[in-house]
Amino acid sequence: MELVIFVITAIVAIIGAVAMLVSRNAVHSALFLLLNFGAIAVLYLLLQAPFLFAVQLIVYAGAIIVLFLFVVMLLGAERDEEDANPIRWQAPVAITMAVLLVGEIIWVLVRQSQDSLARVGSSDSDFGSPAQIAQALFTTHLLPFEVASFVLLTALIGVVVLHQRQS
Amino acid sequence: MDWIAILILLVRCLVLALAATTLFAYFTLFERRLLARFQNRVGPNRAGYIPLPGGKKLFGGFLQPAADAVKLFFKEDVIPTLADRWVYLMAPGFAVVPALIIWVAIPLGNWPDGNGGNWLHYAPIDVGILYLLAVTSIGVYGIAIAGWASNNKYSMLGGIRASAQVISYELALGLSILGVVMQSGTLRTEGIVNAQAGMWNIVPQFMGFIIFLIASTAEVVRSPFDLVEAEQELVGGYNTEYGSMKFALFFMSEYIKLIAMNAIAVTLFLGGGNLPGIEQASAAVTASFGVTVGNAALGLMSLGAFLIKTTLLSFLSVWIRATVPRVRYDQLMNLGWVILLPLALLNVVITAVFGVVFPVGAVVPQIAMGVIGLIVIVLTTVLAAPKRTKRGVTLVRSQARN
Repeated sequence: MELVIFVITAIVAIIGAVAMLVSRNAVHSALFLLLNFGAIAVLYLLLQAPFLFAVQLIVYAGAIIVLFLFVVMLLGAERDEEDANPIRWQAPVAITMAVLLVGEIIWVLVRQSQDSLARVGSSDSDFGSPAQIAQALFTTHLLPFEVASFVLLTALIGVVVLHQRQS
Repeated sequence: MDWIAILILLVRCLVLALAATTLFAYFTLFERRLLARFQNRVGPNRAGYIPLPGGKKLFGGFLQPAADAVKLFFKEDVIPTLADRWVYLMAPGFAVVPALIIWVAIPLGNWPDGNGGNWLHYAPIDVGILYLLAVTSIGVYGIAIAGWASNNKYSMLGGIRASAQVISYELALGLSILGVVMQSGTLRTEGIVNAQAGMWNIVPQFMGFIIFLIASTAEVVRSPFDLVEAEQELVGGYNTEYGSMKFALFFMSEYIKLIAMNAIAVTLFLGGGNLPGIEQASAAVTASFGVTVGNAALGLMSLGAFLIKTTLLSFLSVWIRATVPRVRYDQLMNLGWVILLPLALLNVVITAVFGVVFPVGAVVPQIAMGVIGLIVIVLTTVLAAPKRTKRGVTLVRSQARN
């Protein structure tokens, strides 16, 4: 049962990702990305991590993609420009990096499959619960957490400054 | 999980979906009759009635929803030539699905099934509140992509307004719920209901309740925050190009979302299916008829209490719609960002301070919190009310010349 759901969800996620890259229309791309994020949220559920499922939906599906759609719709920028890509070195570098990443994933799978995957499978039922995540976030990882909030604050101040300069 | 369990689950889900759509159908009638009363009219009272002796008619108009549905079914189904066909067809589904699946995390009552479960609570997940927020936040897609896919300027404006409005009010909504979560100390919806057995959250979280009511009205883009479909400005807003059942699906999702929001408010602030005396009554039934009947009695009574509370809040929604005129766009954004968001933060701060200083469950501090909330709300209303400048027409302005 779980395997069947996993295979279906994984296929949906891959289709969503590929279609997002291939589609020529920015709004279609955003919707395919939404499909991909939804599938990944279901994968979190399969890993017994409902908190990550909910956060994935709230943050990525509920806020970020809505913002993408909002900006694209507001600017009317959904049509792809016909002229060639202005940054010429982008495509080869991206392909190289993608190949590296895939190679890394395959290497991890082949070398570590006995060890690490078994450990994930046998995690306790409390794994990824809100209390556990809060515990980790506010004790062990408190400094990165606060630093991240400062980075976000900087972005916020930047927006205010830009707005003030305009008006 | 064997196939019997899956079959039972499917049947339960079907029952829930049908119940939600039936609630929607009768909510439209409820709203039309009430709006008519508020405006000193009669409202739809012809389609279907139960004749009583003496020429009296009972439940006049109770078949009106069925008549509306039949009418919408047989309307012509049009797809605009320049619309983005697939997205256009997908949008109504995108709108309806979140409105239906949000119900699984709301405990509709307490009907123990004997194995520690609850027939009236479909998904007792440990992040129930976050699930509700997640589904609410993906509810905007239906409107946004419908506005885009129709390839119509009015629809587009409606879609853009919808996304901006929903993103803005999501924050205040989430923060007002956070106060309740801190009060109850759990993210489980049934845990929040159980925590209100002594005192309903509306007393300590009065400020949160008011913020939730306003923010949830804005979140489901309902009057007075219905700029998304402002008829005078946008023809019909995002659903201008939709007809027949596709329009009905948008209509349906909007109303089901509204009822769901009221049900969430009942769960969070009004004690869900709790009502004083229900436990004792069901205990008496259990004593005389056995556990199964007792559980059923408890389930039905708590469901009834839940539905009555939801109906009262729905009445309030209709009342607000009949009373308050639509706000302007800048007023909408101001209310969300400048007033509701700081108020919700203040509520979180007050809840945190009281939670640390006073022991859990003490009655007097909770009442004190409610009073503080009431004072803050009244003060904000007085101070932040738009200044009324005295309007006068100056025809001739005489200036002293020297």
